[in-house]
Amino acid sequence: MSRPVVEINDLHVTFDTDAGPVQAVRGVHLEVAPGEVLAVVGESGSGKTVTARSILGLLPQTARTTGAVLLSGPGGQEALDVTTISAAQLRRVRGRDAAMVFQEPSSVLNPVFPVGWQIAEGLRAHGRLSRAQARERAVDVLRRVGIPDPEHRVDHYPHQFSGGQKQRIVIAQALVLNPGLVIADEPTTALDVTVQAEILDLLRILPRELDAAILLITHNMGVVADLADRVAVMYGGEIVEQADVRTLFAQPQHPYTRRLLDAVPRVGGARLRQRARETTDSSAAPVVRARGLEVTYPGRLRRPGFRAVAGVDLQIAPGEVLGLVGESGSGKTTIGRAIAGLTHVTAGSLEVLGVEMNGVRERRFRPVRKRIGFVFQDPATSFNPLLTIAQCVAEPLLVHGAAGSVREARARVDELLEAVQLPRSFGARFPHELSGGQRQRASLARALALDPDLLVADEPTSALDVSVQARVLDLFARLQAELGFACLFISRDLAVVDLLADRIAVLHRGALVEEGTGDQVLGAPQHPYTQRLLASLPVPDPVEQAERRARWLELRGG
Amino acid sequence: MAVEPVGTPIPATPEHAPRWKRLPVVHQLRTSVGLQRTMLVTGLTLTALFLLTALLAPVLAPYGWAQLRADGELFGAHLEPGGDHLLGTTVAGYDVLSRVIWGSRTALYTIVIGVILSIVVGVVLGLVSGYFGGWLDRVLVVVADAVYAFPSLLLAILAAIVISGGQSSMWGGVMATAVSITVVFIPQYFRVVRAEVVRVKSEAFVESARVVGSGHLRIMTRHVLRNATRTLPLIITLNACEAVLTLAGLGFLGFGIEPTAAGDWGYDLHKALADVTSGIWWTAIPPGLAIVLTALGVTLVGESLNDLADPRLRTRRRAAVVAGEVGSTVAVPGGVLSAGPEGADGIDALEGPPPDVVPEVEPSAEPGTAGQEPTR
Repeated sequence: MSRPVVEINDLHVTFDTDAGPVQAVRGVHLEVAPGEVLAVVGESGSGKTVTARSILGLLPQTARTTGAVLLSGPGGQEALDVTTISAAQLRRVRGRDAAMVFQEPSSVLNPVFPVGWQIAEGLRAHGRLSRAQARERAVDVLRRVGIPDPEHRVDHYPHQFSGGQKQRIVIAQALVLNPGLVIADEPTTALDVTVQAEILDLLRILPRELDAAILLITHNMGVVADLADRVAVMYGGEIVEQADVRTLFAQPQHPYTRRLLDAVPRVGGARLRQRARETTDSSAAPVVRARGLEVTYPGRLRRPGFRAVAGVDLQIAPGEVLGLVGESGSGKTTIGRAIAGLTHVTAGSLEVLGVEMNGVRERRFRPVRKRIGFVFQDPATSFNPLLTIAQCVAEPLLVHGAAGSVREARARVDELLEAVQLPRSFGARFPHELSGGQRQRASLARALALDPDLLVADEPTSALDVSVQARVLDLFARLQAELGFACLFISRDLAVVDLLADRIAVLHRGALVEEGTGDQVLGAPQHPYTQRLLASLPVPDPVEQAERRARWLELRGG
Repeated sequence: MAVEPVGTPIPATPEHAPRWKRLPVVHQLRTSVGLQRTMLVTGLTLTALFLLTALLAPVLAPYGWAQLRADGELFGAHLEPGGDHLLGTTVAGYDVLSRVIWGSRTALYTIVIGVILSIVVGVVLGLVSGYFGGWLDRVLVVVADAVYAFPSLLLAILAAIVISGGQSSMWGGVMATAVSITVVFIPQYFRVVRAEVVRVKSEAFVESARVVGSGHLRIMTRHVLRNATRTLPLIITLNACEAVLTLAGLGFLGFGIEPTAAGDWGYDLHKALADVTSGIWWTAIPPGLAIVLTALGVTLVGESLNDLADPRLRTRRRAAVVAGEVGSTVAVPGGVLSAGPEGADGIDALEGPPPDVVPEVEPSAEPGTAGQEPTR
């Protein structure tokens, strides 16, 4: 057994904050063997990113570290303790012994330099290379990560590449010095599922070719199942469980791991709602009816506008939950916003609760607004930070004259908070004093304040941790059954939509490519795009995922 | 990229500090440390001194601002400091100390009127312009840019002539300064508020208010305005500082307030100009110091408030070793409860009734324990 690439011994990290010191990592022990893929999983605040960043000494100045992080150099040099070495030594170690792949490729690449220059930058920092040699190496590594026509594209700027290609370039940048360890911090979180599958494929093949180990930080159990050899589960700054990937998924030992795995939604898994739609009166007027709906965002001077939604037909019956699935840029959010009157319809027809939205005037739509609830994606920004939760939830009641003041509305607010399983006392809190999941439930309470006929939920759980997401979705399903509102549920996560929706509609580049019940769309997809989308989705089970990967490769080749 | 959020612990019932501790300046004073605290405290002391002097002028000043004689006897010109006149007298025979003290009143009037006028106009214009956008916004931005090019002192001279019509009075001088300051500072308030409004306008909570059906006025006042005032304190202090300096400049150039109307530091400096060469220091230094200290105090308050408001510039108390609260994570899915120091081991305890003994925070690790074999 060769020596580990990195060995973390009893690592403690504390941050100075306004509220006093906060411990982020408490006594972590971790080892990564050469060529191994170790996944560190955990929810936000578990300390996984802090642990990974400490390997490269990338913690902010407010951090205090004790313990040892032993990083092996190339060719069996003596391992250095990163926590104690000088800044000059640290600079030499970075990139050569361990490199980092960040989450958001578009903000990691400098927009004003060509990508080849940025890759060569790392080379030149670590050795004397002529301009031509550095360029040659850059071209070579770009070819390895699958950028087509690298001789030509090496001189292109980051904005000339797509998101997936940018992440490939970031990976190339990390690999160019042949480091023994690549730290990948949520490398696919910002990407769409189909692109994610490609990047995962690259991460699986490349480091093995180059004999590099990967330390993968993620919260996505599907990605873990797809890529990892070994898994470490972090909770509250400690590692609660470490095991081989198959063992961990098959026999999780720690109660937290078990709960985490249970919370991950799966396509075709148990559903949260009874599909009693046969009883729905199909003759009832639909809540939303779109025919040939088009939304075009105006372009800049003399440029054509961007057609976000191009001729979509869909219907939502009263009491029905329609799941709208698509990748970024597919127009799903635009449809939701058009229904809520936040975006103008430019062509076609969109009828919402009997009002034609194409060319509607605000005065005509105002009375309809109280029959529509909206839950936003990001719980951090959807509340006015200066108002208490009670004031925020009471807002719709005040605006539509259901209550004269916050005090009068208080009874209804308490009732709503209880309906979303928040204690009444939370009404007196400010939004920043609630966790993400609690805020999203308060957001649901606000949307339901006027007992709406239609709820538009725009990716309500995509910013939440899995276990929190499970709870919010469960609550959502229960309230829907109780109150019977119709719902447009927008998400990019097929598994989440499958949990809730009666019918699923798949959007691709502004057009509706497939529509049907969950079993139809996800069980036997007809359209090639839906098939690709489904095959790209990693499932949280390493055995099953290996089979799916084979199918995906087949689909891609065909 | 930010570090993994460490999270603030959420107690079962939030403890809001008493209201007075959350007031703007008090809150900053309590959270600041080190050099930033020194700056803030110095600024606050100087500003408080200025305010007290202005408010208590009738008590503090030994004589009136235009008083030339006591008990029917003239003070005399150019008396050295000491005796009846702590800071001596001027060439015209006024008591220097009294004029400096009374001068702070004039300065305060100018600051208050100038700040109120420009803040009201600037904020309203910025709010409307940023919120509605369109042609109104474009026109206002161009006008604001044009006004930027106006030199404030020149404008003040013009205003002084128009307002007082050549007659020198206290309110004439104060208003001239206040108006010119207002004209020059409206664009600054306008720009800052407009930029903030444009930012806040696209936030989800404003859209949420639109979805609910709130009217424009309600959205503007309740949701946008209060979230757009973040950078105002800094501009207010700059504005106040500029007001003091313009008033002094006006007086120094001879467009100020006649000594019979009110105390004016600029006027006194102007008259002291000839004294400096003849070795008479006490007529120039006190009003000069008063101007410098007032401007310095106000600027220091503004600068340190600005630094403290920005988490990247704010210094914090350093942690002793590795110790402190554990960053809390949600233990129960979607949880009302969060795990405290007991971490993962406390999950089950949290689901049931609370444990009798609260586990202690892990003792801080000694550096010597590094290098042990993994225990897990």
